[in-house]
Amino acid sequence: MPWYKSVYDWLERRIQFEGPVKEAVLHPVPKSTASWWYVFGSASLVLLILQVVTGILLGLVYMPSAAHAWISLDVLNHDLPLGWFLRAMHGWGSNFMVAVVLIHMAQVFLFGAYKFPRELTWIVGIFMLLMTLGMAFTGQVLRFDQDAYWGLGIGASIMGRVPVIGGQLVHFMLGGPIINGSTLTRFFTLHVFVIPGTLLALTGLHVWMVLKLGINEWPMPGRIVRRETYVQEYNELAHKDGIPFVPGAVWKDLFFSAAILLAVAVCAAVFGPFGPKGVPDPTIISTVPKPDFFFLWIYTVLSFLPPELETPFLLIVPPIAIAALIGLPFVAGIGEKSWWRRPVAVFSVMFLAICWAVFTQLGTYTPWSPQMNAWSGAVIPAKFLENRTPLERQGANVFQEKQCRNCHAVGGLGGQRGPALDEVATRLTEDQMIRQVLLGGGNMPAYGSALSPAETSALVRYLETLHPHYQPAAADASRQVVGQGGGVPADSTVQQGGGQTAVH
Amino acid sequence: MDEKLPPPSPEEQEQRLETERVTRRSFLMNVGIALNAAVAIAIATPVVGYLLGPVLRRKDYLQWISLGETAEFTPGETRLVTFRDPFANSWDGDTANIPAYVRCSEPGKFTVFAINCAHLGCPVRWFSESQLFMCPCHGGVYYADGSRASGPPERGLFTYELKVEGGKLMINAGQMPTLQNRASAAPCPGSTPAPNESALVKRIEPCPGTKASTIG
Repeated sequence: MPWYKSVYDWLERRIQFEGPVKEAVLHPVPKSTASWWYVFGSASLVLLILQVVTGILLGLVYMPSAAHAWISLDVLNHDLPLGWFLRAMHGWGSNFMVAVVLIHMAQVFLFGAYKFPRELTWIVGIFMLLMTLGMAFTGQVLRFDQDAYWGLGIGASIMGRVPVIGGQLVHFMLGGPIINGSTLTRFFTLHVFVIPGTLLALTGLHVWMVLKLGINEWPMPGRIVRRETYVQEYNELAHKDGIPFVPGAVWKDLFFSAAILLAVAVCAAVFGPFGPKGVPDPTIISTVPKPDFFFLWIYTVLSFLPPELETPFLLIVPPIAIAALIGLPFVAGIGEKSWWRRPVAVFSVMFLAICWAVFTQLGTYTPWSPQMNAWSGAVIPAKFLENRTPLERQGANVFQEKQCRNCHAVGGLGGQRGPALDEVATRLTEDQMIRQVLLGGGNMPAYGSALSPAETSALVRYLETLHPHYQPAAADASRQVVGQGGGVPADSTVQQGGGQTAVH
Repeated sequence: MDEKLPPPSPEEQEQRLETERVTRRSFLMNVGIALNAAVAIAIATPVVGYLLGPVLRRKDYLQWISLGETAEFTPGETRLVTFRDPFANSWDGDTANIPAYVRCSEPGKFTVFAINCAHLGCPVRWFSESQLFMCPCHGGVYYADGSRASGPPERGLFTYELKVEGGKLMINAGQMPTLQNRASAAPCPGSTPAPNESALVKRIEPCPGTKASTIG
């Protein structure tokens, strides 16, 4: 007997793992489950293990201290050999994990795998998703830079909206009255001990239930799930038309996991680690805080909600959404599993995916935010300055100096908070412009106290010139009447319906 | 005379003893569980207290802090100042430096605004040319007096309680202002008469008959 065999036997006689492990890996699964669609769960597990390993390795260097965290990340990035690669693996691993977990969830939903008897597997999975998102958020905090600091501020402000106990919740979350070292150590504990511990425990339970209840068979239209007959039907499927899980189904999992790990490594090597951006010094206020990719959609939603709806939305919608996900297997626990017979399910997934994609895309360029540097950075293209009088050019100066460009684009440059003003003269008459500038309105601040009368008229004169050469500026018809000494405008103008527009 | 029961057979005796023994044992086990529960509660109480430490503190997180001589602030200007968090730990580093805006509208008249946008706490930036505070996150804009000008905030900028003592401008600060703590208790100067309308706008004659914007 070779030496390794005798060592194995010696160990096996004491541990006695062979029986249960063999039972687990050789259990029969329906042939249809050996599909490329069924690889996302195992890939999530592999990514979780990658995160644990890279996390432990980063923990060798990272300092969970507000004064030192940023520096330790900088050391990892620049001083320690391959420290940047470990950080990049952990960061990209996190993005991949959230993505793969979401795909796994969508697949399980579309394949009806949450139905009887796997309701609890689904519910545990929802908590695992919440934990995964919690890991992503707390991880973003541990990358203790300006985004992390102000991201915590956003979190605290949301907490502060909870009625009655909001103030206490903020102090509980921050570990004190304000974002500081105690906040970082709290989030460190959550990210390194509490959430991963819970996530690993739930993962064990999740996988245990998958083994006990069997992998969901490929849904066929018309094969209805009934509580009385399902288990028997499944066992028949698994035993009569089944294959052992290993190697029949597992090879695809292995291929995909390897591909995912390779993809993480390639992304890490090519794109490098995430941040850290600027040092977490709140007195550096020239910063534009932004959440990580998977929270961009929330950032967008928060900017589009009407002010009076915001607090109710923030406090009511998340619990409702979680309750709906938990309630799903109890409401739709039996019946059709196939997506061919579940149009509402398919359209829900499509709707959510499209909303998520649109909100995320908007979040990447934040058209609702003033561009803080546009007034000094974005030039006015020459064609918007040619053939202007000195007064009009002075108006262009005012336009620039008073930060109008932070919200208004001209020639494609500048903020997008307000409308682009390339052709504003065709939309507003001089009087309307003066009124809009001085009084504001329509989400524009009033500039009445920030502009002298001279500045106002120069500005408006300039804006009056912003129209295409083929379309005249809008003019007030009553002015024309006054200009003609009280006479009616020429017939042709009125007949052409040009009451607001002087046709020259 | 009492009917005498036949003595239990040895097996029966054994059985009875067994049940009795089990009862005694299970009783002891229950006592053991109860003991552990009691100890667990005894341990958990301080743990919960420890966790809630930042919340259970009786005093408010507020302390009077000097921002410097009042003479340093030019009337008509709004200036960014920095103060040290009075409750800072030694390992807080730069995070203990807290910025704020001091507005001196006229000699001796001050307002101190928190840096945090009233919407979600991002740092607002002051633009002296247009006399506006703008927030980089979701586009909240405030007038020079702190009242809301546009964007998602529900209210004006948070202000600190202040006093002038010995020629020094002092503010009562120490906690991050949110919609629910004391920073919000002092109403914003601009928002007192009507929360949505700025004092600046009211100085200008509104368009007769309507308050609506020309753009809509």
